[in-house]
Amino acid sequence: MTKRLTCDVVVVGAGMVGAACALYAARAGLGVRLVDRGPVSGGTTGAGEGNLLVSDKEPGPELRLALSSARLWAELAREHGAAFEYEPKGGLVVAPTPDALAALREFAAGQRGAGVTAVPVDARQLTELEPHLAPGMAGGVHYPQDAQVMPALAAAHLVRASGAALHTGRTVTGVLRTPHGTVYGVRTDRGDIHAPAVVNAAGTWGGEVAALAGVRLPVLPRRGFVLVTEPLPRLVRHKVYAADYVADVASDSAALRGSPVVEGTAAGPVLIGATRERVGFDRSLSLPAVRALAAGAVGLFPFLRRVRALRTYAGFRPYLPDHLPAIGPDPRAPGLFHACGHEGAGIGLAPGTGQLIARALTGEASGPDLAPFRPERFDTEGGDVR
Amino acid sequence: MTERPRLAVVGAGPAGVAGALAAAARGVRVILVDAGEQAGGQFYRQPAPALGARRPRLPDHRWRTWERLRDGLDRHRSAGRLIHLTDHHVWCVQRESGEPGTAEGAPAGRGSTAGGFTVHALRGPAQEEGVTVRADAVLLATGGYEQVLPFAGWTLPGVVTAGGAQAMLKGGLVLPGGTAVVAGTGPLLLPVATGLAAAGARVAALVESASPGALLRRAPALAAQPGKLAEGAGYAARLLRHGVRTLTGYTVVAAHGTDRLEAVTVAALDRDGRLRPGGARRIPCDTLAVGHGMLPHTDLAETLGCTLSGTAVRVDAEQRTDVPGVWAAGEATGIGGAALALAEGHIAGRSAAARLHGTAPDPRRWAAAARARTRLREFATALDAVYAPPAGWPDRVPDDVVVCRCEEVTAGQMRAATGSLGAGDLRTVKLLTRAGMGWCQGRVCAPAVAGLTGCPLDPGRRPFARPVPIGVLADLPEADRTDLPEAD
Repeated sequence: MTKRLTCDVVVVGAGMVGAACALYAARAGLGVRLVDRGPVSGGTTGAGEGNLLVSDKEPGPELRLALSSARLWAELAREHGAAFEYEPKGGLVVAPTPDALAALREFAAGQRGAGVTAVPVDARQLTELEPHLAPGMAGGVHYPQDAQVMPALAAAHLVRASGAALHTGRTVTGVLRTPHGTVYGVRTDRGDIHAPAVVNAAGTWGGEVAALAGVRLPVLPRRGFVLVTEPLPRLVRHKVYAADYVADVASDSAALRGSPVVEGTAAGPVLIGATRERVGFDRSLSLPAVRALAAGAVGLFPFLRRVRALRTYAGFRPYLPDHLPAIGPDPRAPGLFHACGHEGAGIGLAPGTGQLIARALTGEASGPDLAPFRPERFDTEGGDVR
Repeated sequence: MTERPRLAVVGAGPAGVAGALAAAARGVRVILVDAGEQAGGQFYRQPAPALGARRPRLPDHRWRTWERLRDGLDRHRSAGRLIHLTDHHVWCVQRESGEPGTAEGAPAGRGSTAGGFTVHALRGPAQEEGVTVRADAVLLATGGYEQVLPFAGWTLPGVVTAGGAQAMLKGGLVLPGGTAVVAGTGPLLLPVATGLAAAGARVAALVESASPGALLRRAPALAAQPGKLAEGAGYAARLLRHGVRTLTGYTVVAAHGTDRLEAVTVAALDRDGRLRPGGARRIPCDTLAVGHGMLPHTDLAETLGCTLSGTAVRVDAEQRTDVPGVWAAGEATGIGGAALALAEGHIAGRSAAARLHGTAPDPRRWAAAARARTRLREFATALDAVYAPPAGWPDRVPDDVVVCRCEEVTAGQMRAATGSLGAGDLRTVKLLTRAGMGWCQGRVCAPAVAGLTGCPLDPGRRPFARPVPIGVLADLPEADRTDLPEAD
C-alpha cells in the first residue's frame, strides 16, 4: 500500500526545465514535488552541451525569453556558478566569405535593436579573439552575452537548492482530473500525488504527458550528435560557430544539418555539437553525422585534426512545429501547465521558463508574456496549424 | 569473376585465429584485423622478436597448440586466402545501409548477411591513420580485459594489475620488482604468482579472496575438467616449490607507501565476505599485482546493436549474435579462457563460412568443438561462482580513495552524486562527477562505480571503441565505400 502524497505543485520531469520550474515555484512559496521516471538529468539535459545562447536567435519572443534567462543565469551563477561550471565566455560567429559576413552583420543589427550586445569584428580581431581559428575568414560578430553551464550539474544543483521533494525512478502513468476536467494531481507507478497544479516539464516526452491529461501537444524528437575530445589546454576560448548554424537551427528540414558549435570547457575537452536530424528516437551511431561535425570543426579550427575524440553521443531535442516552446496554463485542462518543447535551447531558456511558470502558478503572469507560447496554439478544429 | 565472400575477423587471439582458420579453410576470404604486432592476443602473447627470447612462458601443450594455429595462419596467408592486418586498432564496425545483397561486390545467395559491414581501424602504433575494410560478415573476437576493484592506496606506483604483470612476463620478460604480493581473485592469480617466482621475484604471498569452502562446494563441476585441475595442481606444486605462502579467504584492504608501494595490509574474510575482526596483517612488498577477474570487450558489438546477456555478447549455438551477419566468440561472449575461445572461434568460423555460401551449416560437423564448449562453459560458470569479488568490498573503500583515475573522482564524490544530487544510473553518476568521462571512458572504473553507488553495471554506450582523431572522422569516405587492402 503506497501512501498518497500532497503538495501545491507537481513538476513532471527532473531535467533542466523541471529544475528551474521547481526552483522558482518554491521561491514563490509553493510546496513542490518533482517526479521523474529516471534519475535527475537523465534525458535531453544530460545529452546537451549547456549552451546559453542569445546569438542564434532572431528578434521575437524566444529572444526575449533568452535575454531574461541570461540575466537569471548570471544571478543563479553568483550562488551556484562554480558548482555547475558557469562560464560567461561569449559567442563568436564567423563568416567565411564577404557575402556571408554581410548577411551576418544585417542579422546582428536586428538583434541589437532587440537588446542583444553584438559587436562586429574584422578578420584581424577574429584572430585576436580566437588565435587558433582557421585563416582566411572574412569577419564575424562577437556576442558577450553567450555563456555556458554544465547542464546535468546545473539541473541537479538547482533541484537541490529548490528544496523540492525529489521522486526519481517514479513513472507518471496518469494525470488525475475531476469530472469537470480540473487537474488535481498525477497517478504514478508508486501511488498518487495530489496537487492543484501539475507542470509538464517532460521535455521530448512532453507530448506523452500531455496525452495522459487528454490534450494534444505535438512534441517531436530532433536528434543531435555531440563529439567530445580528449582534455586540452584552453585553445578555444568562445563558443565559436559559422554563420550558417543559424540557418540550420531555424530549418524545418528533416535531413541532416551539421554546422557545429565548437567550444572549450572548464574541464578540458572541446565539445563539438550538434547535428540536427528528425529520425525519431534512434540512438544508434550515425557516422555521416559524426563526419559532418568533425569536418565542420576542422574547418573552423584546423588544429583539431590531430586531436582525438573520446566519445560521441546522441540526444533528442524536444521540437514543436513552430520552433517555440509551450509555456503556461493549458485552458483545455485547468490546473495543467506546460514547460516543454524548447528544442535545442532548453538549458538557456530554463530560468526564464521557470519564472514564467511560477508567475502563472501564482496568477502574476501577464497575457502578453505567455501568448506566443500558448500550449493550445497547435489546435484548430482538430487539425494541425503552423 | 565471382568473388569469394569476405569475413572480417576482429581480434587475433585464440577465438579470432580459430575462427579465421575455420573460415579460410572453407572458401571464405578472411581479413584478420588485430591491434597486436603479431597474432596471439593476450593469451599467446610472445616476446618482441628484438628481445631474442625463444618462446613465451606457456605449458608445452599450449605452445604446441599455438604453433599449429600460427602455421595455419601462415599457410592461408601465403595461399592468398587470408590477410592479416597487424597493428590495426578497430574503433568501430558499422553495418552498411542498403538492401540485402546490393552491397558492392556481394554475390547472390547470401541470405543471412544483410548489406555488409565496414570495419574502421587506426593503423600504426601512433593510431593516427584511418583505414576502412569492407566485409560481408564480421566475427567479433575482441577478448576481455581485467577488472580491478579499488582499495585504499591502489593508485600508488608499484601496484599493477595481475594481467599487466603477466603481460610483462610474457611479452618482455621483465621483472616488475623485488618482493611481490599477488592478490585479488580468479584463476589468473596462480600463473602470475608462479611466473613472478620463476622469474626471480620473491613472492611474499598469494592473497585469494575466495574461501577454501567455496572451492570445495563447486568441486564436482571443477572435477569435470581433469586437465584444468591438473594444471591447477601443477601451479600449486610450483607455488610450494618457490615457498609462496597462499592466503585463501583473505583480501587486500590497503596498500601503504609515500612515493611508492612499501607494504600491504591483508585481512581475513568471513563467509559473507565481511572482514573478520583481528584478522589483519601487514606484508612488506614493492609490487602488488592485483586482479578481480575479467570482463568482456563489447563496445564494437554494442554499437552494431548486438544484444548483451549480462556483460557479455549474447550468441546462439552457432556463435551468431542477434544482428544478421555478426558472429562473436571467445571472451567477448563470456569469460572462459583460451580453450573455450578456441572451440567457440572454430564453431563461429565454420558457421560463418556456411552461411556466407548461402547454406545452413551442419552442427554435427563440429560436434567435438561443441562438446568442449559445453564442458568448458560449465567449468567457467563454476569458476565464476567461486571467484566472485567479496560481497562487502564497496564498504571498505574510504571516501577519499580516487576510483576514476582518468578524471580523479573519489568514492565520496560518487556516493554524493547518488546520495543528494539525484543520480540513479552510471550515466548520471558520470554526468554529475565526470567518473568515466576520461581517456578510458569508464572501462576501468565502471564496475567499481556500480558497486560503490549501487547502480546496475549497464552497457557503457561507447560508439568509439578507442579514441579517434577528429581528422580521421572528417575524412571518412562519403559512401562508406572502401576497397579491400591487397597486401599485409
